[in-house]
This record gives sequence, C-alpha cells and structure tokens, in this order.
Amino acid sequence: MINKAKITAGLGTSHVPAIGAALDNGNSNDPYWKPVFEGYEFTKKWIAEQKPDVIILIYNDHATAFSLDIIPTFAIGCAEYFQPADEGWGPRQVPVVNGHPRLAWHIAQSTILDEFDMTIVNKMDVDHGLTVPLSLLFGQPELWPCKVIPLAVNVVQYPPPTGNRCYNLGKAIRKAVESFDEELNVIICGTGGMSHQLQGPRAGLINKEFDTKFLDLLSANPKALVDMPHVEYIREAGSEGIEMIMWLIMRGALKEEITELYRFYHVPASNTAVGHIIFKNE
Amino acid sequence: MTTDYNEQFKDIPGTIVFDANQSRLGYHLNMFCMSLIKAENRKAFKDDELSYLKKYPMTNEQRQSVLDRDLNRMLALGGNIYFLAKIGACDGLSFQQMAASMTGLTLEEYKQMMLEGGRSIQGNRKITENTNDK
Repeated sequence: MINKAKITAGLGTSHVPAIGAALDNGNSNDPYWKPVFEGYEFTKKWIAEQKPDVIILIYNDHATAFSLDIIPTFAIGCAEYFQPADEGWGPRQVPVVNGHPRLAWHIAQSTILDEFDMTIVNKMDVDHGLTVPLSLLFGQPELWPCKVIPLAVNVVQYPPPTGNRCYNLGKAIRKAVESFDEELNVIICGTGGMSHQLQGPRAGLINKEFDTKFLDLLSANPKALVDMPHVEYIREAGSEGIEMIMWLIMRGALKEEITELYRFYHVPASNTAVGHIIFKNE
Repeated sequence: MTTDYNEQFKDIPGTIVFDANQSRLGYHLNMFCMSLIKAENRKAFKDDELSYLKKYPMTNEQRQSVLDRDLNRMLALGGNIYFLAKIGACDGLSFQQMAASMTGLTLEEYKQMMLEGGRSIQGNRKITENTNDK
C-alpha cells in the first residue's frame, strides 16, 4: 500500500504588512502590537507539534510579482525557492521560502485536468501576503521549518474569481494532495482580510459583525458563503475585504465536518481587522 | 451582464472599484508606480520627479496628481491603491499615513478612529441610503 499525502488542517489568517514590520523592527512587545502577537501564541505551539511537511499558502500578490502586464487569476508557485520581495520599502529580512516543486507540479497538473486553468510560475518573488503569515506561524527562525507552495489569487483587478470558484478549487486541491504518492503532512492556509478598506474617503472601514458571521459560517456552513457576490464583500467588509474569498479555497480543501480548534479576532492592526481561525480536518 | 457587474459598485460611498474601465484608464500610471519597487528607480524618481514621470505615457492630469500626492485624485484617474502605495513607500510613509490622507482626517484622528474599532459600517453601505438619511 502506498502512503498518500494528507491535508490535516486548514487555517485562516490576515496578512497585514504592518504586522511583519512590527516584528522585523522589534516592536512586537509594544502595547499596540502585543495583543496581536499574543493571539498567535496558541498557533505557534500548535503548529510546532503538527510538524507539517508542506504548507499550501493561498495569498494575493500586492503589485509585486504581477504588475498589470500579466494578471493570472490563480497562479501556483512550482519553483525550488522564492525570494522575499522588495515592495518599495526594501525586502523583509526573513528566510528564503523553499517550495515543493514535485507536489506543486502535481497539484497544477491535477487541478488543470479538473478544469481549473492554473498559471504555472517558476520564478516569483513573494511579498508580505505570503511572508507575514509565515512569521505569525513560526516567529523569527533562521530557516522556515517546512516547504511552502505559494498559490496566488488575483483580488486586485476586477473581477476576481467568484467565491464558488474558490471553494471548488479548494476541493480540487484536496483531491490532488490525496492522490500524491508520498506520505506528507500538508496544512493549507487561506490568508488576507478581514474587513478593511485602504482607499478613498471610506478608508478605515471595519465591520466586526460581518467578520464574525463570516467566521461562523466558514466553520459550520461554508456553502452559505460561496454565492456571496463581490459587491457584498466590498460593501460590508471594505474594498480590500474581498481578500476573504481566499479563505474559501482553504475551507473547500477540508471536509465538510471539521473541528474548530481556535479563533482570534482583534481590531486594529494598522488599517485592518485581524482574524485567525484553525480547523482540524478530521 | 458585464455592465450590471460594474454598475453595482457605484452605490458604495467613498470607494472606487478597480474594474476594467479603471484599469484601462490607469495602466501607465500604475506601471509607473510599479517601477518604484526597484531602489534605483526610487532614487531616479526622487531626484527629478517630473522628468521621471514623463518617461511614462500618462496624462498631464495623472502626472500632476502624483506630484501633488493626491491619492484620491490618482484613484479617480485609474490608480490602484496597491500600486499607488509604492509612491508612499518611496516617500517613507506608512500605509496608515496614506490611508489617513484620503479621508480628510489628520493622522492622529485616523489612528484614534482605528483604535476605537475603525470606521463604522452604519451609514457607509450605500450612497442612496446616506441621501435618504438626510
């Protein structure tokens, strides 16, 4: 019998750039930032026990690897490694991100044959969307303790994919992982959100009620979220709240029945509501 | 169908959705911003802003909005906030400073609003809803 790879857990987390800057600049104990980092203490202990081999990290590129020249809806990183990007402030001083090319290519092939038109990326710098979640999970290690497969979703140029498409891509990813011929402990991570708006006179919008309902439904009844139109995310959760569709990819990759292990919510981190949730995939 | 998709965003107050129309309008403005992810370009821009901006075939109005650092104007002229943020980065601003500048609040007022839970959704859902309130 061949041992297969398995998605053992899924988690959602915000990827606010200022959180990365606070950690990098040694400000994580400041009264402003301390509650944010304390909210991830459980997670850091938990993931150290889980010892994942691979994290599939769903995030969006923020005009870093992709400009307006080429705008892939879904792009999977199949490279050996990914360098932390210079987003305009100079690159974050965090370790290089090592990929898992064989599993990434397998996921690309499997999902494309399942009619998801993935873009395959062999060279890509990764921005705060990917590195801030790694910092929240692992702190400041010399090397990241596992392989990471970046999966970038377009949420910058409208239209982004629908919530339903994201949820179904998650299912296709699960099928791909479960058919991989190597025993691997895989954790999938959906990032971005929660409610926030970075642009225009409405900047600073936060909607705790919406965020709480989103987390409740994501946990207990994700199918109730998949048909929510883009306009509702923007209206209720702010223009950058649309990032939350990426959490639906993570949720789609899990079984319908899951156990919610942990939840954390905090306002503010700079302009944003920080949300975090962990699901055990029974 | 496509028209309806874009139309529905227009009733959200204080928000410009980066759809196909905005993207066509703002392509060169955004690509100028994108160039600022390289340190040598940030330096060239800071050394002579107008000369640098003239390398990109954008409108004079777009160039002026950059020189004025008027983010709301840049958004209206097709800028996308993730691209525009690179101008702020070049100026050494935080994202919170940029966000505050678009709201008519001082940085201190904006920070305080965020500490108190952020801008409320009440009265901020629909332009028509706000009109009715008045």
